[in-house]
Amino acid sequence: MSTAAADRLAFLDNTGDDPTERAPLILGGKDVGAVTEAVCAIVEEPRTPPAWYAAFAIALALTGVLFTMIAYLVARGTGVWGLQVPVGWGWAIVNFVFWVGIGHAGTLISAILFLLRQRWRTSINRFAEAMTIFAVACAGIFPAIHVGRIWFAYWLFPIPNQMAMWPNFRSPLLWDVFAVSTYATVSALFWYMGMIPDLATLRDRARGRVRQIAYGLLALGWRGSNRHWHRFEVAYLLLAALATPLVLSVHSVVSFDFAVSLIPGWHATIFPPYFVAGAIFSGFAMVVTLIIPTRAIFKLHEIITLRHLENMAKVILATGMMVGLAYGTEFFIAWYSGSVYEGFTFLNRAFGPYAWAYWIMVSCNVLVPQLFWFKRLRTNLAVLWVASILVNVGMWFERFVIVVSSLSRDFLPSSWGYYTPTVVDVLTFVGSFGLFFTLFLLFIRFAPMVAMAEVKGVMEMARHEREHRGVDPLPHAHRRGGEVTP
Amino acid sequence: MTGHAVAPGSAAAGRQSLWGLLVEFDSPDALVAAAEEVRIAGFTRWDAHTPFAVHGLDGAMGIRRTRLPMLVALGGATGCLGGILLQWWTNAVDYPFLISGKPLFSLPANIPVAFETTILLSALTALLGMLTLNGLPQLHHPLFASRHFRRATDDRYFISVEAADPLFDRVRTRAFLESLGGVRVEEVEA
Repeated sequence: MSTAAADRLAFLDNTGDDPTERAPLILGGKDVGAVTEAVCAIVEEPRTPPAWYAAFAIALALTGVLFTMIAYLVARGTGVWGLQVPVGWGWAIVNFVFWVGIGHAGTLISAILFLLRQRWRTSINRFAEAMTIFAVACAGIFPAIHVGRIWFAYWLFPIPNQMAMWPNFRSPLLWDVFAVSTYATVSALFWYMGMIPDLATLRDRARGRVRQIAYGLLALGWRGSNRHWHRFEVAYLLLAALATPLVLSVHSVVSFDFAVSLIPGWHATIFPPYFVAGAIFSGFAMVVTLIIPTRAIFKLHEIITLRHLENMAKVILATGMMVGLAYGTEFFIAWYSGSVYEGFTFLNRAFGPYAWAYWIMVSCNVLVPQLFWFKRLRTNLAVLWVASILVNVGMWFERFVIVVSSLSRDFLPSSWGYYTPTVVDVLTFVGSFGLFFTLFLLFIRFAPMVAMAEVKGVMEMARHEREHRGVDPLPHAHRRGGEVTP
Repeated sequence: MTGHAVAPGSAAAGRQSLWGLLVEFDSPDALVAAAEEVRIAGFTRWDAHTPFAVHGLDGAMGIRRTRLPMLVALGGATGCLGGILLQWWTNAVDYPFLISGKPLFSLPANIPVAFETTILLSALTALLGMLTLNGLPQLHHPLFASRHFRRATDDRYFISVEAADPLFDRVRTRAFLESLGGVRVEEVEA
């Protein structure tokens, strides 16, 4: 496994907790030019690694599966899925919420951590933003195909049509259309704008004509002018300030799809914060899952350091605890409300026909993150990687439990049922991973995956601080006997 | 520095094709110090070029704060108003939706969509406003002809002074720029 190799290479330990010294965020005594070299070399490497082709072939094949399943669905109708009364929302909605949730980490890292002046974000924000956009692309497919007759999907938008009808703006489902499409647009803008200076770097280093023209067009003629930088920085700050409430609103609106209905187990005021915490939890886990192999393969250990990974583990622990608290609160309120239906719904979740799903969810989302109380485990890449995958398994099951268990047994026992997915459901979901990884692999091959300009800014700021205080340039790296290249 | 207000003519007139002069530095600190000098010398058509936003450079160059936030606020207000008007027109006027006897137009139910349109228009204004005020996209620029200038997006720091600056004089400005402690000064053709 790639993480074993990463373990060997991760000798540069900057995870010290001494509050009197600021731990270095970039290791290996890199200067500004070395950052350009390390990041651009990945994109400029003329020989694409065979492993990339292999991964890309698999991902592309799975994308083919996704679109085949969608074509089959369109031809035959939603009956090819496991949907049956009373469970009219199945895997499509579970998958939608799952992917949208994953798509929350990128903007959180870019926007909220930017406003909170968390400088460590600069090494991972580009990567996380890309992941966000691809996850939202996967998410967007599901509600669109869930409408069944997808040629009528435009009814979701306020477009004048032959029926002279408008969509109902008091429906949370319509709020969702606006929230998710705004989120996709703003995330893409934020990602692209941040990339302009780095695309200019690639343009200026490009050897071939095709690359010069392609990166040249994408860089929009950026020439590092400080008059431009001034407006760029203001625009970036404004976008961060706009994206922060946006990211919180999106999963809140997704939760309204449930909370505004009257179904027991859905009709709860706790849903918006509970969903947002879960989204951040799963998004960070996905970033960790992807970044550990990527940094090992492309040898980015000095830019994406152990401290970055450890910080993400801490965020996973914190949000995992919030999610656990939400599970507990739901149970408490189900009992405290005195509502027979609420009480039944939660006992049914834990001990009913879907108890297996419920306990997978609790183990993965509440128990697994507890490992991260221990620094030894937070900084062990194998543990971190496996735990991050389990968290996403758990988060998928959380949405499954919410959607399916509440619908399958609601108020009237005579209409109870048991939902089982079909092969088409499973292949569509698996195929969505194909699409996600196809886009992701294209990104790491052709785009600067670390925000070079931002990393350089942070390095210079750190250098300034050191020079003004006259401290050892790499105070923590020596501590665990690790050797440091000067 | 004094004495740059030289009558145009002499050397500059001979070279119509000169766009300006470019001086290169190898550290951001040297750049900030030099930018201070250039500003004090009174040049107006000049710029600094850096691979990242250098802290303190805006002050050294005397850049006034951009009016972008005002534009973004206008964009956001348009989005908010547009979102509310859209919902009011479609659901209360053009096609009245009567649901559970609730009022045809009631603000609480319309807040989520109005919020999203506010953010959407603000964000679009932020990006497009930044590009427009910066005069981008501008795919060609005389500076791109300089080979050394390619490192402006990598690890070098530059100051460019345009020949169109009223204080510009090919010989004297060059001498002034050479005194700033840069690595090299070069001429850039228009």
